[in-house]
Amino acid sequence: MEWEAVIGLEIHAQLATKSKIFSGASTAYGAEPNTQACAIDLGMPGVLPVLNEAAVKMAVKFGLAIDATVAERSVFARKNYFYPDLPKGYQISQYELPVVLEGRVTIELDDGSEKVIGVTRAHLEEDAGKSLHEDYHGMTGIDLNRAGTPLLEIVSEPDLRSAKEAVAYAKKIHTLVRYLEICDGNMQEGSFRVDANVSVRRRGEHAFGTRTEIKNLNSFRFLERAIDFEIERQIDIIESGGAVVQETRLFDPGRNETRPMRTKEEANDYRYFPDPDLLPLVIEPAFVERVRAELPELPDAKRERFMSDYGLPAYDAGVLTASRELADYYEAVVAAVGGEPKLCANWVMVELLGALNKAGLELSQSPIGPADLAELIRRIQDGTVSTRAAKEVFEGMWAGEGDADTVIEKRGLKQLSDTSALEAIVDEVIAANPKQVEQYRAGKTKLLGFFVGQVMKASQGKANPQQVNEILRRKLDA
Amino acid sequence: MIDKTLAEHARALAAGDYSSEELTRAYLDRIQALDGRLNSLVTVTEELALAQARAADERRARGEARGPLDGLPLVHKDIFCTDGVKTSCASRMLDNFVAPYDATVVERLAAAGMVMLGKANMDEFAMGSSNETSFYGPVKNPWDETRVPGGSSGGSAAAVAARLTPAATGTDTGGSIRQPAALTGITGLKPTYGRVSRWGMIAFASSLDQGGPMAASAEDCALLLAAMAGFDPKDSTSIDAPVPDYAAELYRPLEGLRVGLPKEYFGEGLDPGVAQVVRAAVAELEAQGATVREISLPNTHLAVPAYYVIAPAEASSNLARYDGVRYGYRCEDPKDLLDLYTRSRGEGFGAEVKRRIMVGTYALSAGYYDAYYLKAQKVRRLIRDDFLRAFEEVDIIAGPTTPGTAFALGEKTDDPVSMYLSDIYTIAVNLAGLPALSLPAGFHDGLPVGLQLIGGDFQEGRLLNVAHRYQQATDWHRRIPDAFRAD
Repeated sequence: MEWEAVIGLEIHAQLATKSKIFSGASTAYGAEPNTQACAIDLGMPGVLPVLNEAAVKMAVKFGLAIDATVAERSVFARKNYFYPDLPKGYQISQYELPVVLEGRVTIELDDGSEKVIGVTRAHLEEDAGKSLHEDYHGMTGIDLNRAGTPLLEIVSEPDLRSAKEAVAYAKKIHTLVRYLEICDGNMQEGSFRVDANVSVRRRGEHAFGTRTEIKNLNSFRFLERAIDFEIERQIDIIESGGAVVQETRLFDPGRNETRPMRTKEEANDYRYFPDPDLLPLVIEPAFVERVRAELPELPDAKRERFMSDYGLPAYDAGVLTASRELADYYEAVVAAVGGEPKLCANWVMVELLGALNKAGLELSQSPIGPADLAELIRRIQDGTVSTRAAKEVFEGMWAGEGDADTVIEKRGLKQLSDTSALEAIVDEVIAANPKQVEQYRAGKTKLLGFFVGQVMKASQGKANPQQVNEILRRKLDA
Repeated sequence: MIDKTLAEHARALAAGDYSSEELTRAYLDRIQALDGRLNSLVTVTEELALAQARAADERRARGEARGPLDGLPLVHKDIFCTDGVKTSCASRMLDNFVAPYDATVVERLAAAGMVMLGKANMDEFAMGSSNETSFYGPVKNPWDETRVPGGSSGGSAAAVAARLTPAATGTDTGGSIRQPAALTGITGLKPTYGRVSRWGMIAFASSLDQGGPMAASAEDCALLLAAMAGFDPKDSTSIDAPVPDYAAELYRPLEGLRVGLPKEYFGEGLDPGVAQVVRAAVAELEAQGATVREISLPNTHLAVPAYYVIAPAEASSNLARYDGVRYGYRCEDPKDLLDLYTRSRGEGFGAEVKRRIMVGTYALSAGYYDAYYLKAQKVRRLIRDDFLRAFEEVDIIAGPTTPGTAFALGEKTDDPVSMYLSDIYTIAVNLAGLPALSLPAGFHDGLPVGLQLIGGDFQEGRLLNVAHRYQQATDWHRRIPDAFRAD
């Protein structure tokens, strides 16, 4: 493979503040058009922006979480351009002096190795409104509910070398912002949007190739497919003697290809300059320290702890710490069971995540809570049900038939652990199979399995296999 | 009645000499009778004014008068948004605009009990020095109706000078309160940047704009500023510092006051007649015990060029919101988005506004930003440093407000640079963010001459004090143009 891809991502994370970044209007999603846009969001004459401190705090949180520098002084600038859903004719953003500088995150690659990806900067800015092109009979509707929603734009270094790395990085940032509770991460609603800058060069070259920017990728799957397509497209162009054009492209998931956005006659000149309506943002070190003290345990630290405290393999620890909710769920199960962390991990990862995935549900929508799952695991531990029966109990619980004990009772899944009852069955089986008993006693001990099977069959599967083993051995070996 | 200053009206209302309703009606009658000649107001809110006046009278009758301003009339420059009353900025662009909110200045003066007579004409979007760029036509100078009143707060100044109102609000970005105050013989104060909230005041150049009072006397301005000033959480650039009792400071004697005369303000370009009036006014301060010395503000010559980069740059961005999409003027039958933008803006804005949008857009463009905008910001710093250095030696700076007296209508409309130079002594103050006032100091060839006093940050009280002491010894501020005397 002589080609190498160079990829950098720009991620727009919508910050989960209650009100907008420069006004008091609500940021709630899904309201009737233009019902959450006040005079400031509408860009009325004479109105002025006032910075929302909650948005600043969230940016600082993110900066600390990626081990970045939180700028003591950053500056809001105006990015000037005309667009109908941009009410003021400029977007308030940060340009030369962003609030977060030079951070890094670690991603895990497929081969199990780790790679550090640089984060150049993260800056605060306001979102624009939405242009609605459908349902207006040749006209365009403008909804300004989103105008002024705070965004944190997170810009990576061009450190990514494949679509897979890009996805791992984007997922890592996605996990982080949700851990920090600064963004709901909802990609469908546009709370977390990714732009990818992609170029290719021959392996060993140091200069970058001409890049293209793919805008507004709203799922990890599309991100991967768009980058893969774009890499191939660029390689084809160069190999057939052409040159890549620097441009903005859109990904069409239906056709699985990227294509250029309507190219403009001339390049945009945004005429950035410091916004005279806002003073420079000064963040005191004491404020940063207060935010640092409130930081939750971050995914990397949690993963380490899951490995050391619960003895989980790296893979399990990675899966279970992918979101703060899942990690909390798992820890609640372990606490309620009072041990057996690996058994708990298996049940959470295999049965629970499998069922959620199959049903297309989020963890928060799970019909089985951590206490319920813990109860089921305890029933395995205390021998009430076999592992196999437990899976059936889980299905019953998922279907809403009740808690573990209720389902065990209703479906008659209780294991037969009464020694005298089991001994009676064993005696019957031994009496009914004299030939096999003779062979076993003559040394063909492999036949033990046959006897266990007969006992299980006679007990309709409810016998505790471990006990059956013990009793059989005792009686046959006697 | 109309010979009285705002402060004198305040005392008369308190004494029960007449009611707010009578006072309000008297001014409304004058507006009705005389403003056809001046065109100083674009909206008269008669019913609202009378209702506010009656409410003030009722408060006073109940013994609940709100303070010295309760029941006193004024007009607001049509750049201040008024809830429910059209706010046009004297532009076709906003000819149909009614804000659903009050500017903080409007809200505070209303809370003090003031009665709004109407909205004052102005240069379109406050861009102009003669009040000739208004969509509603030029304002005439009541001292000579063939001459301009200055601008951009020309309507406010002419209305006060002709005693169509005892007070007005204005805004000052490069001299827009002081220059028309000087050309019409009234007192006008531009406060320290951040002293008065800009919320609801339609932006021209955000880092320079500042609202302030315009009235006959410094005492009037002190009363008005006390109500207008103060921190406003809705304006991030407003300053959270206590508002002093300006009226209490007025009487402080001038003994020991150190006055600086910048030699750059008395050089080439200054009308000798104006210079003579200004020197005589300074001599009066000296007579009251002030010491006068010459100082230097060496970067003065850079102020106009720096201003005409920074102000248009900010304006080009501030005025981008007037796009015909959400409110304001929209062209007929736009054929597509670009047509909507270009025709709405092309038809909605006047020539001077378009000129400044183009200049400002150019100054911020890639490749020019460093040479123009950044360089101008550096010059701005030098200019402020000039003043700060001067204030190590003197308490206030005095000089002419304008290089000449009121010029003829149409005289400078085809020569923007000559128009811009009429603000040569006022612009540096905005770049430095300092407070300054203009007060009437006499006449030259029958036209008023203004004396400008410049102070350090938050020295409004000292400026009003010096002006008041001067006005106690002189009566220039009481002069009313013959044609507008109430006989």
